[in-house]
Amino acid sequence: MYVAVKGGETAIENAHAWLAEERRGATDIDELSIAQIREQLGLAVNRVMAEGSLYDPDLAALAIKQSRGDLIEAIFLIRAYRTTLPRFGYSKPVKTDEMACDRRISATFKDAPGGQVLGPTFDYTHRLLDFKLAAEGEVPAAPTAQPRTEATPHITEFLKGEDIIQDEPASDTTPGDLTREPMEFPSNRPLRLQSLTRGDEGFVLGMAYSTQRGYARNHAFVGELRIGKVAVEMDIPELGFAIDIGEIELTECETVNQFKGSKTEPPQFTRGYGLVFGQSERKSIAMALVDRALRWEELGEDNLGAPAQDEEFVLSHADNIQATGFLEHIKLPHYVDFQSELELVRKLRREAEERMQPKEAAE
Amino acid sequence: MTPLLQVKGIEKRYGARIGCSDVSFDLFPGEVMGIVGESGSGKSTLLNCMAGHLEPDAGQVIFGTRADGPVDTVTMSEPERRMLSRTDWAFVHQHARDGLRMSVSAGGNIGERLMAVGDRHYGAIRDRAIDWLGRVEIEESRVDDRPSAFSGGMQQRLQIARNLVTGPRLVFMDEPTGGLDVSVQARLLDLLRGLVREMGLSAIIVTHDLAVVRLLADRLMVMKSGHVVEAGLTDQVLDDPQHAYTQLLVSSVLQV
Amino acid sequence: MNEYNFAYLDEQTKRMIRRAILKALAVPGYQVPFASREMPMPYGWGTGGVQVSAATLTPEDTFKVIDQGADDTTNAVSIRKFFENTAGVKTTEETEKATVIQTRHRTPEAKLRKDQIIVYQVPIPEPLRFLEPRETETRKMHSLEEYGLMHVKLYEDISQHGAISTAYAYPVKVSDRYVMDPSPIPKFDNPKLEMDAIQLFGAGREQRIYAVPPHTKVVSLDFEDYPFEATKADHPCDLCGAEDSYLDEVIMDDAGNRMFVCSDTDYCRSRREAGHVGRLAEENAA
Repeated sequence: MYVAVKGGETAIENAHAWLAEERRGATDIDELSIAQIREQLGLAVNRVMAEGSLYDPDLAALAIKQSRGDLIEAIFLIRAYRTTLPRFGYSKPVKTDEMACDRRISATFKDAPGGQVLGPTFDYTHRLLDFKLAAEGEVPAAPTAQPRTEATPHITEFLKGEDIIQDEPASDTTPGDLTREPMEFPSNRPLRLQSLTRGDEGFVLGMAYSTQRGYARNHAFVGELRIGKVAVEMDIPELGFAIDIGEIELTECETVNQFKGSKTEPPQFTRGYGLVFGQSERKSIAMALVDRALRWEELGEDNLGAPAQDEEFVLSHADNIQATGFLEHIKLPHYVDFQSELELVRKLRREAEERMQPKEAAE
Repeated sequence: MTPLLQVKGIEKRYGARIGCSDVSFDLFPGEVMGIVGESGSGKSTLLNCMAGHLEPDAGQVIFGTRADGPVDTVTMSEPERRMLSRTDWAFVHQHARDGLRMSVSAGGNIGERLMAVGDRHYGAIRDRAIDWLGRVEIEESRVDDRPSAFSGGMQQRLQIARNLVTGPRLVFMDEPTGGLDVSVQARLLDLLRGLVREMGLSAIIVTHDLAVVRLLADRLMVMKSGHVVEAGLTDQVLDDPQHAYTQLLVSSVLQV
Repeated sequence: MNEYNFAYLDEQTKRMIRRAILKALAVPGYQVPFASREMPMPYGWGTGGVQVSAATLTPEDTFKVIDQGADDTTNAVSIRKFFENTAGVKTTEETEKATVIQTRHRTPEAKLRKDQIIVYQVPIPEPLRFLEPRETETRKMHSLEEYGLMHVKLYEDISQHGAISTAYAYPVKVSDRYVMDPSPIPKFDNPKLEMDAIQLFGAGREQRIYAVPPHTKVVSLDFEDYPFEATKADHPCDLCGAEDSYLDEVIMDDAGNRMFVCSDTDYCRSRREAGHVGRLAEENAA
């Protein structure tokens, strides 16, 4: 006899208990600490902070632990937590030209004030599995040098003098806030950049790559890529002036793009911009390329119909929390919808069969 | 007789370049106006300005509406203009793909304008679609086929049927025979001529093909570099061209 | 979970959502953009409905959650539990006793009263979306009331299948103005959309709220000669014998034998308690 599926509540509780066990893994293996994740899986922590839109390495590490290393799940935890945090206000714009750079490279100039600083990069490692790490991961200390104390000017500043790169005029207009107002199209550059910086790394990378392969190619050079710490300042109304409230690590990329000029502009270089929490190099370069591709209209370029030029397409699909939620919801019960389809298909088939053999019936 | 359409001082610029400038003419009911010129002469820009696809920088496009008489369609509100373009106006694109829904059946393509203005009887909509398929010489049996399964000539005839089904009073045509084989072109022109006469349509046809205007147009405007260089009755202009550019156009056709 | 505000969202956010709800009620069927928040459940799993419920609930309310018509489907259980924890409101499985009902894919069989609010979870609020993917374009179509394309879709259905082949999320026109997606309820439920209760629709991922106020005209799109039909499986419920309720088809054994039971579990239960008996009910009792 049929018994309706009941006890959803117990099933859910049991599933959660099992999940917790699986997360822990074999208990004869040491448990990971938050500090270990934060210190030794730093780039994963960075990605979770960037796409979770919350700068807190410990919380990001906790989220990675809780999500069993599923970074999108970890980002989701951070986003949901972030929603509940009170909003005290907005910081002042960070001054990336005053960044204490751990890494700073330019592809457009052999050398420039501030120098080329490789920093801790995978770039020139040979991608050979290091079996020594399987045994123990202790490393000798890296050589050190005297850090630069003065500010490192942006490479594009040197081009600005010649007027050969398009100026990006400063503005005191308060930009919109993606997390406080619904996204509407057409949007604007501040909202696009907000959407891209928290967008899925894989999606933004794929979009950027498509521009390089000819879908709205925009001839980008990495004018500059810099990674380092900047101070965050905030106006405190009670004090009447801004104070440092902390320090965050950022990756900033400015691309320099060829531009043939338009009906209103002489030939000039233009820029794409990427700024991402933590050391997130791939993401910030990709972001800059996609930002540049999305600027076609403002720069009077042709719409080539390329996906990366399509603001509504890119911004509607960049968010991995939205994407994964909607994708995975199709595993929820849909049997009411399915039943209505079932009835319809049966009816249509019945009618089609009747149409096919009317003559026999008439005889 | 009052003109159906009065075009006054239309100008469209692309930066420093002139798209078209200072174009004025009247079109009377039942009249077909041809606009000829080489590519880049501004004829398509002019057509798109008149049809509301482009906003002109200056000038008026005054249309004699059924309800309110002459109204400037340039300054009209968008809902009003869209309403006009699915009732009293029609636009035949050079490429049938631009004017058809390729994933919708021939019947659905023809029926769309009827449904857009409120027809809600499936049988009646379908009957009119079939009637129009016949008028553009497409077999009734193709009514449920998608245009992607049609030849180029059939697609263009379907586009015409889709446009004419609501009985528009003014049809804009952009190179309606462009891109078709010569024999297919001839059949389409015959068909268009028949429909124009039978329905008493007013039309503006942009083309670089003088044979098209010879067959269809009562009057002719010749455009060069965004300006109208010569205008008049079709036979007059083609048989006795006054402007050097028109003479060149006519002679180059004769040489072919 | 008292570290969170009543019903999880902070008051400022709830006020923002309430403003959107009021606007939606003022313009029936119009999709009001709202700044949807990230909720602790995935997008596509009812975040829109949850936010609307959170902004609607008061501590005195009695809350009911159904998914596919049933109170005990896993996601309904999960959402009910969420509000038990964050709002501490009373919950119920009885439609009659609920003041706020959150639902996914069904409208309850029982006639709702004017003191009740029903909140629908909506995956894709835009009825024109699968005809035109671009939001910029569909918003224009709504504002200019250009709905011809919607009927082209129905025309194509009939020309290909001999009938309108939309079985759920069947589009309606609200108050003679906006074409609206009633969410993926079976078309059987469409006639119930004209009701005494307030109907709110929340789409979290797509950041839209819309509403049908009480006693508002709601017409399912159709043709004069192919009128809309609210269909269901042609059986009575095998448990309670109801002939007027939407039915789930359940496969009972390896031989593929089926039974049909009310999708609205509360409706079925209350009928059985009132003594109604279906074809297979005696076995059930035994």
